[in-house]
Amino acid sequence: MTRAPHPAAPRPYRYTLAERLYLPLLAGMMVTLKHFVQNLLGRRKSYTIDYPEGRRRYSHRYRGHHILTQRPDGSLRCVACFLCATACPAECIHIEAAEHPDVNIEKYPVVYDIDMLRCVFCGYCVDACPEEAIIMSNNHDMAYFSREQSIVTKEELTRPYTYDPSRLGYRPEYPEEQARKLAAGVVDLVGEARSHPAQSSAS
Amino acid sequence: MPTVPPPTAPLPLLDRLPAGSVVPEEGCDQETWIVHREVLADLALALRDDAENRFDLLLDLCGVDYPERDERFEAVYHLCSLPLDRRLRLKVPVPEDDPVLPSLIGVWKAANWFEREAWDMFGIRFEGHPNLRRLLTHEAFEGHPLRKDYDPARRWILPQEKVYKPLPVPEGETDEDIFERMTINIGPSHPAMHGTFRVVATLDGERIVASEVEIGYLHRCFEKMSETHTWQQVIPYTDRLNYCSSFINNVAYCRAVEGLLGIEAPPRAVWARTILSEFSRIMDHCVCNGSTLVDAGALTNFWYLFQPREEIYGLLEACSGARLTVSYCRIGGLAADLPPDFVARSRVLLDSIPEFIDDVDRLVLKNRIWLDRSVGVAAISGEEAVNWGWTGPCLRASGVASDVRRDHPYDLYDTVDFEVPVLHGGDVFDRFRVRMAEIRQSLSIIRQLLDRGMPEGPYIVSDPHVALPPKDAAYNQMEAMIYHFKLIMDGIQVPPGEIYSMVEGANGELGFYVISDGSGKPYRIKVRPPCFPIFSTFSRLINGGTVSDAVVSLGGLNVIAGELER
Repeated sequence: MTRAPHPAAPRPYRYTLAERLYLPLLAGMMVTLKHFVQNLLGRRKSYTIDYPEGRRRYSHRYRGHHILTQRPDGSLRCVACFLCATACPAECIHIEAAEHPDVNIEKYPVVYDIDMLRCVFCGYCVDACPEEAIIMSNNHDMAYFSREQSIVTKEELTRPYTYDPSRLGYRPEYPEEQARKLAAGVVDLVGEARSHPAQSSAS
Repeated sequence: MPTVPPPTAPLPLLDRLPAGSVVPEEGCDQETWIVHREVLADLALALRDDAENRFDLLLDLCGVDYPERDERFEAVYHLCSLPLDRRLRLKVPVPEDDPVLPSLIGVWKAANWFEREAWDMFGIRFEGHPNLRRLLTHEAFEGHPLRKDYDPARRWILPQEKVYKPLPVPEGETDEDIFERMTINIGPSHPAMHGTFRVVATLDGERIVASEVEIGYLHRCFEKMSETHTWQQVIPYTDRLNYCSSFINNVAYCRAVEGLLGIEAPPRAVWARTILSEFSRIMDHCVCNGSTLVDAGALTNFWYLFQPREEIYGLLEACSGARLTVSYCRIGGLAADLPPDFVARSRVLLDSIPEFIDDVDRLVLKNRIWLDRSVGVAAISGEEAVNWGWTGPCLRASGVASDVRRDHPYDLYDTVDFEVPVLHGGDVFDRFRVRMAEIRQSLSIIRQLLDRGMPEGPYIVSDPHVALPPKDAAYNQMEAMIYHFKLIMDGIQVPPGEIYSMVEGANGELGFYVISDGSGKPYRIKVRPPCFPIFSTFSRLINGGTVSDAVVSLGGLNVIAGELER
């Protein structure tokens, strides 16, 4: 395949007579006028949001502030297996493990810190977790007064959004497992959230 | 890994060179020659000018470090012949004790910044380069960061007194001429610079008579960091290359690694990748054209063009969970299945976007105020643009019809009908028009794919050595659980090899040159950022124009700092 040689000199656009006389500006004026009238009459969807009173609705996959989920008895589901810390490309998860009194659980995290300033919110920790112990919320407004504050601890990761199902974000999706849990009568916060009406309407 | 058969026609070029100085390498993903550095300059000139070669485009130049080899470094040149549609890779071994190569600026002007980058990153000196200074790192930096023995955690502080102070002086000037001259800084922190670029310009009145461009303010060692992470962990890094169309970067990287692994994403993922790439392209063009018009004072268009972008972000968020840094691709497919309302939402977008594009067309396309600001500004001919290494919409605005989607179709681009818009002005106005035309072509591509229907099937390959098993299986089956652990602890094991894989990014050919040594981490990843060669031309484009022309031409080039400086 052989193509024509590359042009050796640019050939700029040549104005038409109407353009020389600035006439098409009138058409442009009509466009802005149309937008103005439509906005005035409220015919057009407004793209601005009155933040923070109004907020954008995110999908149920939004990758925001992390949540450490709990067992029905209130203890952390995390078994300190370090998969999330390994998968994290930003190396923002710090875990210190200890032996759990229950031999079936084996380990639990004494320290579970996430450095929110390092975190890139990629969701790899959620993908990596074999226990569904870490999920994400759709909370994105995080502000700190110091770098120390930005390292959030186990307590903070458990507290804020766990009990508000409408604020849950990125988490594993696996319909089969849900059905099985439901049949076994397991109380499942995450599963409940998925069928929450606020989630189904958010898009 | 696909291998290219050795060229069928004998190469008379090789006969003219000393025997053994050029050795074709077998079993590569594309035609590769190992070149002795003595003959490099002659070979390059012949490759460019010979009628049977005509490699007019230097795509990429990078260094690679092999500490265990006798000749430690290797400079890798990627060439492309647009007239003959051929690609060639040259590998030039360079010894450590005498790391010198001839500069190829005289052959391809694109080599200018690429050689500076290779000097900066590997310490390969290019003899004959007029300005071999550090490009991405700063003046107080010691060592060459992409060498394998450089500690990735090492940092250097740039003291104030060491900051480089360029004073561009036009050639052939005497002191009396300089008397009325003024040298100003445009950027690095200036709203019109769209990122952090610094242009030092010498002015005569309002006319720029000489200028020098400084970059590197957003350099964050993407390539070095990739070497310390697993293959999968690199994906969030790629989001931050061209952050206006981060999904295309994801696709480009994943396609390169999939090429090394010899796997293909399932049809559903390929379908989604094509559609979302086109949506990303639309967003990128909207940002570029919108902000160019803002620079020219046409603020209204910015609002009109950012509304489709806002809507597309909503769709990407529904798919991936993030608006800007999507990380939606995975090696072998996608991170998650498409949301159930994907097709419906895409159709809504398809119906709403043309309205905004038409409004902007009516506002500015025939508007003499915009025409006066853009026609003939920063004009460059197709021939020169190719020599500078341009690709993508900016090159097409100079009359060269080159588009990776058409020339080397990937994903589903060979199954859809679309045109490659070409204009001949080579100026800001035609770059603007080419982008507007491409938005319409992208919409048409998406419509064709949506009409075809979403393919059924998995969204990621089922190979447990590449993709994480489904969560259900990982929770309940021992085997899947082990694969899950193995994949996260060790990462994907990519066989040794190298590949150059390209896609048509929003601003030109986005290439990933990836080398694997068989360990769990990339040995070397080199991004071929489309705006890198384009921005290296900037000084040439603005010299002779006014300061306001410089601002408009920067917007029209769509230089993204994240990709330029990596």
